[in-house]
Parts: sequence; C-alpha cells; structure tokens
Amino acid sequence: MTSQMTGAKMVVQALIDQGVDTVFGYPGGAVLPIYDEIFKQNEIRHILVRHEQGAVHAAEGYARSTGKPGVVLVTSGPGATNAVTGLTDALMDSIPLVVLTGQVPTFMIGSDAFQEADTVGITRPCTKHNWLVKETDRLAPILHEAFHVAKSGRPGPVLVDIPKDIQFASGKYVPSKKVPTSQYRPKLKGDIEQITKLVEAIEKSEKPVLYTGGGVINSGNGASQLLRELVKSTNFPITSTLMGLGCYPASGNNWLGMLGMHGLYEANMAMHDCDLMINIGARFDDRITGRLDAFSPNSKKAHIDIDPSSINKVIHVDIPIIGDIAHVLDDVLNMWKARGRKTNSVAIDKWWGQIDEWRSVKCLNYKNSAKTIKPQYALERLEQLTRNRSDRFICTEVGQHQMWAAQFLGFEEPNQWMTSGGLGTMGYGFPASIGVQIAHPNALVINVAGEASWLMNMQEMGTAIQYKLPVKQFILNNERLGMVRQWQELLHGERYSHSWSDALPDFVKLADAFGAKGIMVSDPADLDDAILEMLSYDGPVLFDCLVEKHENCFPMIPSGEPHNKMLLGEAKTDDAIGSSGAVLV
Amino acid sequence: MSALKIKKGSSKHSAYDLRSSFGDEIQTHTLTILVDNEAGVLARVIGLFSGRGYNIDSLTVAEVDHEGHLSRITIVTTGTPQVIEQIKAQLGRIVPVHEVHDLTVEGPHVERELALLKVGGKGEKRVEALRLADIFRANVVDSTLDNFTFQITGAPEKVDAFAELMRPLGLIEIARTGVAALSRG
Repeated sequence: MTSQMTGAKMVVQALIDQGVDTVFGYPGGAVLPIYDEIFKQNEIRHILVRHEQGAVHAAEGYARSTGKPGVVLVTSGPGATNAVTGLTDALMDSIPLVVLTGQVPTFMIGSDAFQEADTVGITRPCTKHNWLVKETDRLAPILHEAFHVAKSGRPGPVLVDIPKDIQFASGKYVPSKKVPTSQYRPKLKGDIEQITKLVEAIEKSEKPVLYTGGGVINSGNGASQLLRELVKSTNFPITSTLMGLGCYPASGNNWLGMLGMHGLYEANMAMHDCDLMINIGARFDDRITGRLDAFSPNSKKAHIDIDPSSINKVIHVDIPIIGDIAHVLDDVLNMWKARGRKTNSVAIDKWWGQIDEWRSVKCLNYKNSAKTIKPQYALERLEQLTRNRSDRFICTEVGQHQMWAAQFLGFEEPNQWMTSGGLGTMGYGFPASIGVQIAHPNALVINVAGEASWLMNMQEMGTAIQYKLPVKQFILNNERLGMVRQWQELLHGERYSHSWSDALPDFVKLADAFGAKGIMVSDPADLDDAILEMLSYDGPVLFDCLVEKHENCFPMIPSGEPHNKMLLGEAKTDDAIGSSGAVLV
Repeated sequence: MSALKIKKGSSKHSAYDLRSSFGDEIQTHTLTILVDNEAGVLARVIGLFSGRGYNIDSLTVAEVDHEGHLSRITIVTTGTPQVIEQIKAQLGRIVPVHEVHDLTVEGPHVERELALLKVGGKGEKRVEALRLADIFRANVVDSTLDNFTFQITGAPEKVDAFAELMRPLGLIEIARTGVAALSRG
C-alpha cells in the first residue's frame, strides 16, 4: 500500500511503522509541521526535554535499557548542534539512535538562513550514517533505511535532516516492507575455520580468560545467555569492560569483576598472565589495555566482533572472528560440545588457585570512617539496600563516582547499566535516567552522580517533574571534580587547578524549587535511613550525599603502565605516572 | 617507575611480537572503492582519511554506472601494513560503500594517470620539448607562439619522468588527474 501524504505526516507514519512508541524532542521553527502531526495523533508519545543534548542522552538511556533504537526530534541550527555531543557519545558506545532534525527549506539551504547549519556536514563524523532529504518521495524509504542502519551490524546513531518544504509537500508514502532491501547487510555468521581454531584453543588452554564488552549486550539477550552457558560449561573466568557489565551476573562464581584502568586487581592480573584471551564484543580500548607493548604478553588472542575495523585496530589477534556474538557463540558452543566438551580442567583448577590468591588481595578495600561518608561506603549501602530489586536500573555521570559505581554495584542482567564509556560525557546520566524511567515506568531508576557532572544537565529536572518520573539522583558530593583532582594529585604536583566546585547550590532547596524532594546526608550513621527515605518516595529525589572530599579511586593502572603495575588503595602514589604516561589521557 | 623489560619478539604470542610481524615499513597501496553516488559520499571517504590521520597521495572519482548510480573512487595511500588494513576495514563500514579492493595485494593491475603540462620556451628548447613529447607519446593539445600544452597518459612514474624532463625546458604549469586503476584479466 502506498499513499499520498505530507512529509510531516510521513515522519509520524514511518515512526509508527517502525514500532516507535516514544520520541524525545524539542520543537522549533524548522520542525513545526512534524510537531503539528504529533499533536494530531496518540500512538507516539513525545517527551519534551529542556535541552537537545538531554533529548539525545534520554534516547540513549531508553535504547540501552530496552534494546530498541531511541528516537529524537529536534529543530535545525542550534537544535542540531546541541545534539552533537549526544550523537558522538552514542557513536562511541554503539547505541542505536534515529535523530530527526528540521532544516531550512531546500531553496534556502546555503544562504545562511535563520537557524541554518550544515547539519549533515557537522554530524557526518559523529553518526554511523546521515541523510539530507531533498525530495518528499525519498523521505519514507530514507526513514526506514535509517532504522535499518541504526540497528544492523554494530549499532549506532543515524540522523535524517528534513527541510521544512519537504515536510509541507505531499509525496508517496512507502511502508517499510515495500522498501527495497538495503545493500548494507553486515555479516552475522562467523568464519567456521576461525571458530574451529577458537574451539581448539578452548580445549587446550591452561590459563584462559573471557574479556567481554558492550557488544554482548548489543547482540541481544540471547548472547548473554549463550555467554553464561559457555562460562558455566567451561569454568573459564570472565571479566568485562565498563560497557559490558551485566552480560554475566556479578553474583556468578566465575566473575572477576570489571577490568581496566580502575578495574579489579584479579581481573587485570588474569588478563596479564593468561594464555588464552577471548575478547567477546570489546575493542581493546586504551582504558583496558594500558601500555600496549606489555599488554598480556603471553596469550593467544581471539576476538569476536561484528565490526571488521575493530579487529587488529590496536592489538593484533591470532583468531579474528567477524560476526554477531550470539551467532558466533552458538556455533562455538555447538562445535565444542560436538567435539566432546573438552577443557584442560586440571590446569584450569590451578589457574583458579592463582586467581583466588589475587582475589585475596581484596583490592577494593578502603579505610572507612565513622565521621565522614566515604563514597565507596555510600555505594556499598546503596547496593545492599537495592540489590534485591530485579527492576533496578543504574545510570551514572562521568568521573570517580562512575568507577566506584562500576566497582561496588553488582549487575545481574544486561541492559540495567547505562553509562558513558567511550566519550566520557559529563551530564549524560541524569537525562539518561529520564529515558530509562520513561521506558520502564515502574522500575527503580538511580543515577549515581557527582555534583559537577549532575549540574551539566540539571535543567532536565523540569522534564522529570513534568512527566512525574521518580528518578533518584544519588549525588556523591565531594565539592570537587574528583577524577581531575586525583590526576592533579598524581601528575601535577597537587596543584589543584580549577578542580573544585565553588558556589554550589543548596541541592535540597534546588529540589524544592523544582517541586522534587531533596535529601541531604553527611553523617554515616544517617546514611541508611536517608537511602530508604529516597527509595520510598514516589517522585524524583535529589539525594545530596556529602562525602569525603579527597578520596582517590583505586585500584588504578597509572597511564602508560601495564596491567601488572596496578596501584592499590593506600599505595604510595608519588611519581606513579612517568613522563611518557603523562601525555596520555 | 621502571619499564617492563619486554623486548620485541621476546615471547611467541606477545602482541608486540605479532605486531612487528606485520612490518613497520611504509607501503604504498592503490585502493579502488565502489560507492553509491549519493550526496556527501566523497566527503565521508575523505573525512575518514583526515579524521583518522591517514594519507591520501592521489584520489580520483567519477560515476561509472549511470543507471545504478555507482561511482568508483581510486585512492593511492601510504602507511604501515596495519594502517592499510585498518583503512580498508574503516572504508568497508561506510554505509554507501559497496566494495573495497586493494589492487596492490590482489594481483596484477593497470594504473593510469592523465596529465596536462604547459611548457614555454623558444628556439632549441621548444624543439627539444617536442622531441621528448614524441618519445613519451605525449600529444600537443594546445599551442601558441610562446608555449605548448602537452597531454600525457601513463603510469604515474611515466608522468613524473616526463615532467622532470620538461622542467629545464620551461615547464610552467602541470595538472594531473590522479590514478585510475583496474585489476588485470
């Protein structure tokens, strides 16, 4: 069925066809016809944010917590440029988004018209793909293709720029089924020869480790289930990047905890000493590898990834497998079972003995205090008081609190952990928590934040109130840019240049001003009651937790050093970072 | 803090060892890329090279299939073998890219370039330029009393050689198309 309609109506129709139920957006001159169509229908819910960056992060939270693409609608010019940080964030973390931007009418493009920006030019490097629609008849096929590209292969953000005259003009609407199949078809099945090599390596390995990442979560729930089966039946230890937390349960026996710069000692040591590293949907990011020439020097490395450009980008691997993780793991498991479920169990038991020794270091230990709330303690209590909630979703901002949250909170299922990993966007967490709560209205959604990050998108309090979203903003307030402060202590002679938060608002009054609830706590003895009060309140809460101001986040691999040179808490940190490490970020 | 004493190739499976087996020498490769001829596709390809710090020695592009709206981009690039591999993988994931071929590794291929050279001179120099043009099978496509414009086609090395010979004879300007290439057979 094809039918004539205006471009604006097509946008709404295509979104309905694609199964979209929610759009995050902000109106403006160049998208008024689309907003007019949104006004006339009830199938798609529009969430009015307070800033376009918030719309994109909210859509990211929605996408990450549901596995569906997030949809954003913003106007031309500043609407589009404000979306750029969110687009870059989604590209780095492979989050599927479809962002629709208004544009000045086609006949005014290039004339420096009011609110004109070269949106496809600006967003070309920060989207997976983008389109400028120049004919109304092309609009529907492009919109359907946009969803296909955003979801297929390695997911990512796409953008469709729609001039205002195209929105007004009438054209032919084509439903998604009638659109000719796209030439963009990433390969899903892995090469069987490489899979055989991996199975042989699994059978022989004496010191294996599974190094998993966000790709497992992107591959879908089935991938997580297959991964759990692989771990259970081989008894291999498993670690994960920041982005992959939840694909294997934190309560599982084989869980080593997160790896990387602020990862756990046992995870990093296992990575360094292993003889077989199986990278599943991770990308050897510099936060993970540390110093490249000393990265896991004695291991055979396998890498499963749907994106061919991820393979051999920074680390040369012995067994590259290009394909979708669920498909590949299924083939690996079937072949391994068919060949008799062999592992070198004696050696692996010995390997576990070694890992248990590393575990006994208890790298997350910290010195608690009876007088001030240690940020680690606050997160331990939060974990204790919320861990039984299977519908708990955690978002974070970026910095020390983010790393502590990754260390101290346990994730049992995928899609329950939303954080800005690749780009490290301060201001991500609050709008993301809004997107998560929209998708899961009855769930417990907590944004673990630092006061400085949280202030970056605090205008979204208006959104939380307007839509009655009971998001809990758990702010670990140290009145510092804690991670910056930590690096200045380690690297810049304790010269704390501009890394404190002066002139902070009174968060309780701020909450009150917006019509939310504010809770301030500073005494460790009051912490549990305060958290329980936050949890029992039906509405948005600003939880201002005044914590130790000078706490450093450990363990830590100093930049420029390998995994086995970790600094633990209480470690002497003078000159921990050498001059070659100092240039790294 | 002292550096770990890991030497290149000190362990059979070390990443460092394997990386060096890739080779560190800079190579020149000719890539041919078939793309949808849609708005911005060339900007995507060039943006990839500039954004990730790769080199472009030469670049040609034109629509080669008018019905299917396909263009062929030919890029001559330089880099270590690892960088070349990465360039191909990155090109391959651009959505409108259909095919990426590395002609340098895929077997014998033909590379041709067209150049126009304006050479000014009088007397013996002018005659010598014509003689050399004859040897290189360059054609005169424009002439005035003061100068000739030669058209030459051939492999880039041939064009280089011709240009070098023309320089002392009064080379004024040169315009080159960049390499177009196809595999043999």
